[in-house]
Amino acid sequence: MSGLHQILVWIGEITGIIVVFGSCFALTTIAERKILGRMQNRFGPNRVGPWGLLQPLADGLKMITKEDIVPFSADKTLHFLAPLVLTVPIWLAFAVLPFGRNMSAIDLDAGILFFFAIGSASELAVFMAGWSSQNKYSLVGAMRAIAQMISYEVPLVLSTVPVLMLAGSLSLNDIVAAQGTHTYLGLACWNVFTPWGLAGFLLFLIAATAESNRSPFDLPEGESEIIAGFLTEYSGFKYALFFLGEYLGLFAMTGMAVTLFLGGWHAPFSWLEWVPSWLWFGVKFGALIFLFIWVRATLPRLRLDQLLNFSWRFLVPLCLINLLVAAVWFWTRGWNSVPALLIRWLLGAAFIVLPWHWLGQALRGPLPPPRKYTYAE
Amino acid sequence: MIAPSATLELGESGEPQLLEVSLGPQHPSTHGVFRMDVSLDGETVVKLKPVFGYLHRNHEKIAEKCSYLGSIPYTDRLDYICSLTNNWAYAMTVEKLAGLGVPERAEYIRVILSELTRLINHSALAGFLLQDMGALGTPLMYAFREREKILDLFESLTGARMMCNYMRFGGCRCDLPPGWIEQTKNLVANFPKFLDEFESLLTGNEILRARTEGVGVLTPQLAVNAGVTGPMLRATGVNYDIRKVDQYGVYGRFKFRVPLGERGDVFDRYMIRILEMRESLKILEQALRDIPAGPIIDPKAKLRNLRPKAGEAYGRIEGPKGELGFYLISDGGPNPYRYRIRPPSLINLTILEDMCLGRTIADAVVILGSVDIVLGEVDR
Amino acid sequence: MNGAGIIKGMIETARNFVGSYHDKARLTTVQYPEEKLPPVENARTIPFLVFDGDEAMAGLRCTACQICEKECPPQCIYIIKDPVKKPDYVGKMQIQPKVFDIDISVCMSCGICVEVCPFDAIKMDQVFELSTKDRFGALLLDKTQLAKPNDYFVKLHKTEASEIDVRRDDEKRKAEAAAAAKAAAPKPPAAPGGAK
Repeated sequence: MSGLHQILVWIGEITGIIVVFGSCFALTTIAERKILGRMQNRFGPNRVGPWGLLQPLADGLKMITKEDIVPFSADKTLHFLAPLVLTVPIWLAFAVLPFGRNMSAIDLDAGILFFFAIGSASELAVFMAGWSSQNKYSLVGAMRAIAQMISYEVPLVLSTVPVLMLAGSLSLNDIVAAQGTHTYLGLACWNVFTPWGLAGFLLFLIAATAESNRSPFDLPEGESEIIAGFLTEYSGFKYALFFLGEYLGLFAMTGMAVTLFLGGWHAPFSWLEWVPSWLWFGVKFGALIFLFIWVRATLPRLRLDQLLNFSWRFLVPLCLINLLVAAVWFWTRGWNSVPALLIRWLLGAAFIVLPWHWLGQALRGPLPPPRKYTYAE
Repeated sequence: MIAPSATLELGESGEPQLLEVSLGPQHPSTHGVFRMDVSLDGETVVKLKPVFGYLHRNHEKIAEKCSYLGSIPYTDRLDYICSLTNNWAYAMTVEKLAGLGVPERAEYIRVILSELTRLINHSALAGFLLQDMGALGTPLMYAFREREKILDLFESLTGARMMCNYMRFGGCRCDLPPGWIEQTKNLVANFPKFLDEFESLLTGNEILRARTEGVGVLTPQLAVNAGVTGPMLRATGVNYDIRKVDQYGVYGRFKFRVPLGERGDVFDRYMIRILEMRESLKILEQALRDIPAGPIIDPKAKLRNLRPKAGEAYGRIEGPKGELGFYLISDGGPNPYRYRIRPPSLINLTILEDMCLGRTIADAVVILGSVDIVLGEVDR
Repeated sequence: MNGAGIIKGMIETARNFVGSYHDKARLTTVQYPEEKLPPVENARTIPFLVFDGDEAMAGLRCTACQICEKECPPQCIYIIKDPVKKPDYVGKMQIQPKVFDIDISVCMSCGICVEVCPFDAIKMDQVFELSTKDRFGALLLDKTQLAKPNDYFVKLHKTEASEIDVRRDDEKRKAEAAAAAKAAAPKPPAAPGGAK
């Protein structure tokens, strides 16, 4: 009966993922609005249900009952398929993430490869949406969105390469297991506690923000000046599906960041290992989502050319230098005493901080002399 | 969602096509019903034509039928964010026309209210500029939080938050209620803290700097030739502030400085407004300290049936947006023969095209935000 | 340092977030209609007519002089005089309005009618929950809907109302004293064939 047992296990896992991340999506929409509200000195939605918790239900009902308008000259098949092409691959990407001890749906040997390949497949949906709408603005907006997403794929993948090199495997479970050792005071050896890990974590987060079209990189979806972007001609439930796909992409990226850099389901200290592992995963996940919302509330939007420059002239070189730092860290892996650790960190930091500074200056161009404001009496 | 209209035209010799876009009257960035017809070559702006008139309300013609007193509420609605400075400019012009004097206490009250108006205008502008850039309303909410306190002050004095209708010919409508001066002093004491918070949020922000530095540069010669006034002119480095030039009211008694910019780009205009807010706070401190007791309206001033002698007068003030002027011609009757407003927003808009040429469409929106227009004034 | 400005901005936002949970100044929302702001004495929305005593139409202070109608900038007041006169608060016969309508959809709350009224008959109200489903008829208020008692006026604008009341009581007492003096004074002897 093991075949039937296996199928039942799979069905259980799939249902679990859909239920958990579906409700996570609902909670995140309301949490985002309330957190944004609190940062802006106001309440978020709080009329529908206690603390506004039924707001996603109200939004969902609204989206479902809206009229579905398809432009007359649009390519109907592509227009219909685009939201599906966005959403379906992202659900697949959740299959490889380890949510807890022995809790990944599928244990692939090349889990990371699968994850990034599937994630890139959903970028096609953006172009399909723009093209099929037969609206010149959607097309131009979609092209900008594609340019942004392709440009930020490179730092996204490159920033994970040191992790793979040092863990020696492409399987996500192995990567999490490699972060399971502990050092002083029971502090876990997460990848983020190393210079290359910290830099890689930040680079990954920036690239993930850009991949999910969130502020400050929300040019495709925000009021991108005149063009409402590739989402112009979508209304009702298809719009809700785009929304869902975007948030799920964000969740997948966050899950990957937690897995690769924050030690997956490991506790931060060895004496906290009695707390269930999926709870640790959830806590780290929630903290990263809060960070994304916090960044969204603070920063204005970048212009497209500045965005592309930032990726190719700043993030990609830094990712490549990060490989060098990881190599130096690996080469000095025998040094265990405290002063030696300090030297390891200083070496790594120097290799990262100095290029960061120089690349930033090169990006900004020659700095104009500082502005003075004269005063007339 | 706006419905943009676009046509693709092919040049005669097959040169690159120009995309004509109409940033329509329903604007993504909320400055009112204003339209820009932009011709784009790829991403760069090749031609820009501002189209306005969507808010034209016949103010100048109505004033020819209303009495002089009856026009005062209509001037509130010109630049609806800064209603008190509009009132003052009109009252000053009629006082010039009719030869009325203003008692000292009224002059001090006028200065206090005008500087408070400058504060609310500049904080609203800083908030909206960042909203246009996509900062999702956070700086806007902070600016409005402070603005609310000033609007509460206006409500307790004049009865309304925005359409204040407070200045009269020869003085002010009613006296300050008890406790108003202490409340204002409190506000002035707490305002620098808000300005510091605002600056720490924004002025060092790399993204803000990247989007505003070098964008929309205006040279001093072009600004003077085009008749630009106000913070836009001072950001290019030209020292022209009507409070110092004319010294109308009792502005001659206050010590304050006029900040001047250097490069005339969007960042300079934003910084000049922040610095002007700090100078306004200085003026407010001095005025609140020195305000004398006394009558608030000239005893010779008549409320109804004011019939100034035949003649003309032009009165101007340094409004928060620039030089706001009223030109009145009287023929001895109860209504003016000609009532003309010099709207600073409209005059500042005339060089919008020159500032936007060669920049991308994204910059055009930011440049428009930095010009600080209010459509009530542009269209009257 | 690159990114320092962004970090400072984020600290600022975080301070507002944390502050919104314990500091009233960082969460300034007033949740209407459960919470309402206290009314401000000088606030003005639409005008109302003041009447003394208990009966609205008998105690109306308005004498239909039509000054407010002339001065109103958008001309939203419509007055028709009543040929029948009524006694006012000192006992003299005064003209009263037969029709006194204000179109509050046109009224722009400027308060000029209040400033020019010589009889303290029209004052500014503070009601703002005025929305109706009928766009035109329900927004044209006639004199029965506009009339409100003097006690209401005292509640709204305490300082102004008390000054006016003091003045009117004064005048009333003087008028009564004058009437009493006139009634008590001896009549002058009728001159035979004297000129009248």
